[in-house]
Amino acid sequence: MTPAVSFQKVARHFGAVKAVDALDLDIAAGEFFAMLGPSGSGKTTCLRLIAGFEQPTAGTISIFGERAEGVPPYRRNVNTVFQDYALFPHLNVLDNVAYGLMVKGIGKAERLKAAEEALALVQLPGYGARRPAQLSGGQRQRVALARALVNQPKVLLLDEPLGALDLKLRENMQEELKSLQKALGITFVFVTHDQGEALSMADRVAVFNEGRIMQVGSPQEIYQRPKTRFVADFVGSSNVLPPDFVQRYAGQRRWGSLRPEAIRVVRDAGNDAVQARVSGVSYLGAATRLTLDTEGLRLHASVPSGSTVPEQGDAVAFTFNRDAIHLMDEAP
Amino acid sequence: MRSDRSQSAPLGLKIAATCGLLFLHLPILLIFVYAFTTEEKSYQWPPPGLTTQWLAVTWNRPDVWEALSLSVRVAAISTLVAMILGTLCAAAVSRSRFFGREAVSLLVILPIALPGIITGIALRSAFSLTEIPFSFWTIVLGHATFCVVVVYNNAVARFRRTSGSLIEASYDLGADGFQTFRHVVLPNIATALLAGGMLAFALSFDEVIVTTFTAGQQQTLPIWMLEELIRPRQRPVTNVVAMVVVLVTLLPILLAYYLTRDGDQVAGSGK
Repeated sequence: MTPAVSFQKVARHFGAVKAVDALDLDIAAGEFFAMLGPSGSGKTTCLRLIAGFEQPTAGTISIFGERAEGVPPYRRNVNTVFQDYALFPHLNVLDNVAYGLMVKGIGKAERLKAAEEALALVQLPGYGARRPAQLSGGQRQRVALARALVNQPKVLLLDEPLGALDLKLRENMQEELKSLQKALGITFVFVTHDQGEALSMADRVAVFNEGRIMQVGSPQEIYQRPKTRFVADFVGSSNVLPPDFVQRYAGQRRWGSLRPEAIRVVRDAGNDAVQARVSGVSYLGAATRLTLDTEGLRLHASVPSGSTVPEQGDAVAFTFNRDAIHLMDEAP
Repeated sequence: MRSDRSQSAPLGLKIAATCGLLFLHLPILLIFVYAFTTEEKSYQWPPPGLTTQWLAVTWNRPDVWEALSLSVRVAAISTLVAMILGTLCAAAVSRSRFFGREAVSLLVILPIALPGIITGIALRSAFSLTEIPFSFWTIVLGHATFCVVVVYNNAVARFRRTSGSLIEASYDLGADGFQTFRHVVLPNIATALLAGGMLAFALSFDEVIVTTFTAGQQQTLPIWMLEELIRPRQRPVTNVVAMVVVLVTLLPILLAYYLTRDGDQVAGSGK
């Protein structure tokens, strides 16, 4: 099956800065794909390469098998939901949504009907006469979504789509985007720096760092079996274990990772327990996160709410199942 | 303690402000009064009598019409040239980065910062050096130097306030460069352009210094008025013309002020 988007050895350099470097990536048709990474990691540049706002310095990009280099943004069957929504302030909501159809020369009655339908799809029926300035952030986001979807793109690109929304709204939109994507069957590619968002929404996640992809995989793979220290550190809050520590407990001299919920804090130190001092306690609601200092190493442990929680400065011991240590590919 | 203290200024300040405003605006009122005086040789106060005959006299003077028509044509063409060049320049400076961008920005604004007499002398020597005869077009060139600045300043401010992703959004939705300009860029900068254009028109319409150096034998309205003052002949005619000029230039400037003041919502980005 032809991938929706395919990157082969793609590079985009800005002078000496390698925003994207030697990147290989296949995004399957109908997939909900997340590009996750810190700012400046090249994820947004990748999105702009697909949209056509940037041209690759080297390599080839194809969209559903068609070469995309040199094709201007307005001739690509790809639409973008911008981070700041970029709604046209001089047009009302309905004309904003109908804009793509208007410039394609579709008749007024037909395009306004399609725009109404798109607004209904994003649960904003009847908002057509308003100006973008009269809408809330969440509503603007939906209008931007409708404006892109009305063109029936093959690939929908979303640039930090939920970044400007508050927490509650963000959670609602996450679910809505996901069900919308399943219903429409369009390939969604979205860029985010929020690992929670990437893990909860995407079918597959690519973790970016310094213009390269560190790891691609399902949210479970990324979270449970990170390949490198960077991925372990960036995705979730896994503890990164240095080779010496891993050798002692898992028998191999490799970098390892250990998830906070795999660490059990115990009162009385058995012979396999590790001594530590509590240097921080943060209450997170469903769990309490402890910061433990041991052997010059700082580890996070997650204690479920309801169990007894030690206080800051307490000497404690902790154990963990040795199998819970995940060995990373990265060489020591 | 008085609650309205912040709203009430001391008496001395009030008097000073009133005097300042009177000093600025009384002479303009005098022009209106002298337009209706019966004394035609000198400015005599108080006017010996009032008459409206000068309106008719002015109406029938062909030299007034010639000067007025030249001024209107010069202002219109200079404004048009300024709107095209100023917008293009503003777009280039605010939309892209290139070597010498700041220098270009400074050089465009320079003509309005320089004394008009310098611009005038420079243009005159340039024209004589290249043997361009003085004509309608040399006046237009002279005026365009400062008209461009006004349009440029207005357009640049609007471009800065307009989110750059609007243009990308338009491309993304399938509009080519021309469609994007027509449906997105132009509607967003239209009021700024109109305001800039009106200011440019008003500036060109009453410009004297640069015009003196670039006009040759032709007389724009302000130059004609200057000449009339030197050769007194039906003096109140000058005042009638001055009155008309005040009205003609005041209206577009007021309009420009209101247009740019309300423009905030038009150009706000999607945030």
